[in-house]
Amino acid sequence: MSIWKYANPVVFMRTSGWLLRWLVPLTAVLMVVGLVWGFAFTPPEMRQGTTVKIIFLHVPSAMLGINAWLMMLVASLIWLVRRHHVSALAAKAAAPVGATMTLIALITGAIWGEPMWGTWWAWDPRLTSFLILFLFYLGYLALWAAIEDPDTAADLTSVLCLVGSVFAILSRYAVNFWNQGLHQGPSLTLMQKQHVADAYWYPLMICITGFILFFVTMVLLRTRTEIRARRLKALLARERMG
Amino acid sequence: MWSDLQLGKYEITVLSAYAVALVLIVALIVATWARGRRVRRQLEEAEARLGRNRGEA
Repeated sequence: MSIWKYANPVVFMRTSGWLLRWLVPLTAVLMVVGLVWGFAFTPPEMRQGTTVKIIFLHVPSAMLGINAWLMMLVASLIWLVRRHHVSALAAKAAAPVGATMTLIALITGAIWGEPMWGTWWAWDPRLTSFLILFLFYLGYLALWAAIEDPDTAADLTSVLCLVGSVFAILSRYAVNFWNQGLHQGPSLTLMQKQHVADAYWYPLMICITGFILFFVTMVLLRTRTEIRARRLKALLARERMG
Repeated sequence: MWSDLQLGKYEITVLSAYAVALVLIVALIVATWARGRRVRRQLEEAEARLGRNRGEA
């Protein structure tokens, strides 16, 4: 069975409709449980005090801010190579979600940084590349809004997405590349959890899973709306032509 | 366990981070839901209109 069958809008609508029935409640439960656990039932950390509770928002949103762009990159490449409209619309649908996550990461990072680093902001490699990534999100959204023809908009935004991917990757690896600045290296990797105590690790994993599902849910809902909007535009054009 | 809710001197810091994040998440959900509903209604109206016109023709 080919993955490309989901490029058919009818198949996509049917499959996503079925998936959303499960995803919406599961996402809500995981996000509420993870955030309530992180906020209300985790102890203060030795150096960070109670500001450690901010990681339950900051880490998942920062991960998604970067990975949403990478998902948009894959969808944009599929559009450029195979011209599947659903993939272009999925990239468009993901952008506001990724931008929101990036903004949450920037703001919660600044709020945490003020008491911990003594400053809201520093022109540190990771922070700067993350800010540029956010600006790319805004540019991407503005480009979609500015171009009337959807295929041209999809082409140009796909190219912008390719360029912006440099900053998505820099946001992730800036600490390793330059080894300077205020931001610490990653505390979490798939293979390693010893940097984080169990009291924070479990709620953090629930929050990360909840945020990932939130992203998937939002992208599916928004892609469905984009597919409907595209059909609406075609119907209105047909109506105008009589 | 409820003693973990004592935020101490970082109360404003932690609460403001949660407040900003929750406001942004809720705004995204509301915007997604509202646009989805609007587009769906407009599409249903357009389909009904076109179906009617085709029937009349």
